[in-house]
Amino acid sequence: MNKPFKFEIDGIEIEAQRGQSIMQAADEAGVYIPRLCDTEGLEPQGSCRVCVVKQNGRAVSACTQPAIEGAKVENETEEILGYRRDLVRMLYHEGNHLCPICEASGRCELQAMGYRLGITQATKYPYLQPARPVDASHPDIVLDTNRCILCGRCIRASRDIDKKHVFEYVGRGINKRVGVNGNKLAETDVKLNDRAIDLATCPVGCIIQKGRGFFAPIGERQFDKKPITLGVGPGKNRGKS
Amino acid sequence: MKKRIATVSLAGCFGCHMSLLDIDERLLELLQQVEFDRSPLNDLKRFTRRCDIGLVEGGCCNEENVHTLQEFRRNCDVLIAVGQCAVMGGLPVMRNAIMHSDDPLRECLETAYLDSDKVYNPSNQIPNDAALPLLLDKVYTLADVVKVDYQIPGCPPSGDTLWNTLEALLAGKPVELAYEQLRYD
Amino acid sequence: MESRIVSICRRYADDRTRLMDILLEVQRELRGIEPAAMELIARQLGITRVEVEGVVSFYAFFSRRTKGEIIIRVCDDIIDRHAGGREIAKVFVEELGLAIGTTSADGRFSLEITPFLGMSDQAPSAMVNETILTRLTVQKVRLVCARLREGTEPRDLVVHTGDGNNSHPLIRAEVNNNIRLAGEVLLCPVPANAGLRSALQRRPQELLAELEESGLTGRGGAGFPTGKKWRAAADTAATRRFIICNADEGEPGTFKDRVLLTERADLMIEGMTIAAYTVGSDAGIIYLRGEYSYLRPYLESVLQARREHGVLGKNIGGKQGFDFDIRIQLGAGAYICGEESALISSCEGLRGEPKNRPPFPVESGYLGFPTVVDNVETYCCAARIMEQGGAWFGSFGTDRSSGTKLFSVSGDCARPGVYELPFGITVRDLLDRVDAPDAAAVQVGGPSGEMINMSQFERRLCLEDLPTGGSVMVFSQRRNILEIVDHFLEFFVEESCGYCTPCRVGNVFLKKRIEKVRKGLCELEDLAYLKELGKTIAVTSRCGLGHTSPNPVLSTIRNFPLVYAVLLKEHGDGVQASFDIQAALEESRRLAKRRSMIYDPNYDEA
Ligand SMILES: Cc1cc2nc3c(=O)[nH]c(=O)nc-3n(C[C@H](O)[C@H](O)[C@H](O)COP(=O)(O)O)c2cc1C
Ligand code: SF4
Ligand code: SF4
Ligand code: SF4
Ligand code: SF4
Ligand code: FES
Repeated sequence: MNKPFKFEIDGIEIEAQRGQSIMQAADEAGVYIPRLCDTEGLEPQGSCRVCVVKQNGRAVSACTQPAIEGAKVENETEEILGYRRDLVRMLYHEGNHLCPICEASGRCELQAMGYRLGITQATKYPYLQPARPVDASHPDIVLDTNRCILCGRCIRASRDIDKKHVFEYVGRGINKRVGVNGNKLAETDVKLNDRAIDLATCPVGCIIQKGRGFFAPIGERQFDKKPITLGVGPGKNRGKS
Repeated sequence: MKKRIATVSLAGCFGCHMSLLDIDERLLELLQQVEFDRSPLNDLKRFTRRCDIGLVEGGCCNEENVHTLQEFRRNCDVLIAVGQCAVMGGLPVMRNAIMHSDDPLRECLETAYLDSDKVYNPSNQIPNDAALPLLLDKVYTLADVVKVDYQIPGCPPSGDTLWNTLEALLAGKPVELAYEQLRYD
Repeated sequence: MESRIVSICRRYADDRTRLMDILLEVQRELRGIEPAAMELIARQLGITRVEVEGVVSFYAFFSRRTKGEIIIRVCDDIIDRHAGGREIAKVFVEELGLAIGTTSADGRFSLEITPFLGMSDQAPSAMVNETILTRLTVQKVRLVCARLREGTEPRDLVVHTGDGNNSHPLIRAEVNNNIRLAGEVLLCPVPANAGLRSALQRRPQELLAELEESGLTGRGGAGFPTGKKWRAAADTAATRRFIICNADEGEPGTFKDRVLLTERADLMIEGMTIAAYTVGSDAGIIYLRGEYSYLRPYLESVLQARREHGVLGKNIGGKQGFDFDIRIQLGAGAYICGEESALISSCEGLRGEPKNRPPFPVESGYLGFPTVVDNVETYCCAARIMEQGGAWFGSFGTDRSSGTKLFSVSGDCARPGVYELPFGITVRDLLDRVDAPDAAAVQVGGPSGEMINMSQFERRLCLEDLPTGGSVMVFSQRRNILEIVDHFLEFFVEESCGYCTPCRVGNVFLKKRIEKVRKGLCELEDLAYLKELGKTIAVTSRCGLGHTSPNPVLSTIRNFPLVYAVLLKEHGDGVQASFDIQAALEESRRLAKRRSMIYDPNYDEA
């Protein structure tokens, strides 16, 4: 029953176990599939769609799609890179991303994805420039939702690991936001050492730890020299480098 | 014939221009290939003729920015947005997101010149000289106002990034940047 | 407030999975679910307040602020709009002295717009609390407002009840069935429980074979083979299985389920019962859209009568050990809850977001158990198939689309209503029957379907050619195609659940660009932009909503290229036509009390 099987990503043979997602199998084989909402240690969510691949010609999210024996998976084709660029741009244009003044700049996964995908072309998407709140009520934590990309990593970390469920989505559609359990963050029982607040959890500069930051000088930050890839991303002491 | 380049800083901080000077001795190399037309670098205030490349730093926050940008578009074959301000508004664009009130422009001016406790303004007046260009209702990116052919992100883009982009364009080659040269900050 | 909330929660055994019902009751009793109420509910259910808020803020019919005693929702689908819905809304605004989206200071009235009430054959329509008003005119609205101000209860606003069961004492609705053509499967007279009796005499395996032979495919739009679905659910090992009827009917222009719920409720429940027997289920849910809550008391009475007649409940039809009962789950205003996995989320008391698939509902659905979700019409068909046989059913329709289909036709035609016709008829045939001689465009399958032009009217309505869950909207030459496209995009932007990036953000971009096209501010290259963006959304979205939301744009670019061509201009000078310097300066001129030296030509004269 639990015999490993094989499938292909861009012509490379990958071994997988029953029940593994395409992403898990690829990770184990050392093949990187770009991702934003997925991260080590949390349930996959399948919402950012940046991990889109084609499995036997059908577009699926690699983080949630089970690997299939003998399947041909396309990961880095021009078509798929094009979709990924569009998706990253959408996230960039949906919020307010002023990288020059952002604490996460240089260790931000959204920004790093833009670099990796080489997004330089004059974009035609409009900037939505929403008016979103900054919640600095908590003594140790700031929430600048202008930069939130709705990846839900904080929600899952708080719900499944911290067992607190401090964060949850509220609203729907383009008005969807991350809400906190109370009128403001200070009213919640969130703590600096919660997994939800860990630097590895929020991929962008939305959850910020007060009094810390700007961990590395420009030029030596996490993604300054090397593109985001396997093991460089989440869960690997981001920010310390 | 030498290619002609024009440059301007609109709602920017001149940082992007400073970065252009950061190409150091390659500036001489550049000058062998190109001639600067309208640009703060040579203090030419008008176009003397049509240019091949226009480099624009900064977005548009007032009518004069728009006017200048339209002039650049009319006079340049290839228009390049240089730096985050030109690409997406940069720091000035913060007023768009923050100012979602009924009277955003008034609030913006009052905060900047009267209300904020960081303001020192003994006259207690909002500047309103006839010579001052009128502010736009919000900050616009270059692409909101005219068509933009290329953009060079960064705040500012590094001298190397600018150099490589110009070099490729002048040679008629596609712009290819090394990983470290693509930055949004 | 505290004791009321606690007792509501208790009634549902403080069960977190019944949060929808709890919130529906709190909303009705307290007219809103304010933070303090959310806090109480959360405490009672042992969850956090923000979890409750997540659900409250998802559904249009829940509100975090207290609403008026009487909530008026004016329907704003495109057919209602063409029938004068906007003017109707304006009259409500005038009469009640209320802006749309607000509540009167005295707490009496709230006025809102709602995307689709399911009444496009009798537009314009509105919903006053749970009462539906149809064929509204200016005079009628004035009268309605006057009576409401006098204190008339919304249900007493109904003067003339509609045909058939619409006049049933438990419905008493102003709604008409508008059954224009009854076919041989569903809208003809049907014998009571004949299908169920026949089914109970056979083994489930035989029933699956019968269903597969019939070729029945899902009537909800996707057209999945029903036999295959039931078999998958039956084959999944599990301790329990569930049968869910999708009565969410949210696709604008569809109203045939409304008619079936009104006139064929027994047949539908019979079909669900057969499904339960076939796959081995003891519990079912009818997911009834909030807009159809006026049908709920009647449906409850039908369920009760069936229990009394031994065709629902314990030992059904005398068959020892075959127990199956059904509850009604009311929705609360979210189109996405028609998507089967979102519907299941909603039944579980969660935000109505689709689930990741696989696993599919037949493997792991409601509460993690194998679940069959089928459309109202599908269950009705299944019951007739068990009575008359799969071969009989398959004798109607085409190869891949067997049986008859209910078409909900609305728009610019003389006879809007429900038509039961075999699959495979041409659009032209249908247009003749509905008397639409000046039809210039037909939207098949609702906003998520395809808009076709006159040269395509010979195309056939079936899975092989033009699939539809039933919605057929007819537009004459007078209508503005791009207004319709824009309106459909507005619908998708409004109804996207927001879970995934392309649908949440991409649809906003599509809409913005179409608005620009409509204003004549776009160039040829904008077509490429629309197509490319549409493709990214369709390919990378997570569920059917995003997969189909670019269709209004993509299908009209294909089928109505001239509509775009006349609006696209080459500007040549490199300036963006959409940038309006005069508008951008207006504010400044006012504040500075001077004009522009650059952009006001007569600056000196000022
Ligand atoms: C956005 C969206 C909305 C849907 N709305 C409905 C609906 O209102 N009614 C319905 O029966 N099916 C609807 N569906 C289809 C269901 O997901 C599902 O396919 C159907 O209920 C299965 O039943 P069937 O096989 O009997 O058609 C919708 C699908 C999507 C993607
Ligand atoms: S969150 Fe990332 S993309 Fe956004 S401003 Fe910060 S660094 Fe830039
Ligand atoms: S706050 Fe950060 S972790 Fe949480 S959803 Fe937003 S981007 Fe993701
Ligand atoms: S992008 Fe940065 S350096 Fe360039 S003008 Fe703007 S603020 Fe100055
Ligand atoms: S496609 Fe749209 S409706 Fe479906 S999951 Fe994504 S955001 Fe939600
Ligand atoms: S990583 Fe798979 S959808 Fe986000």
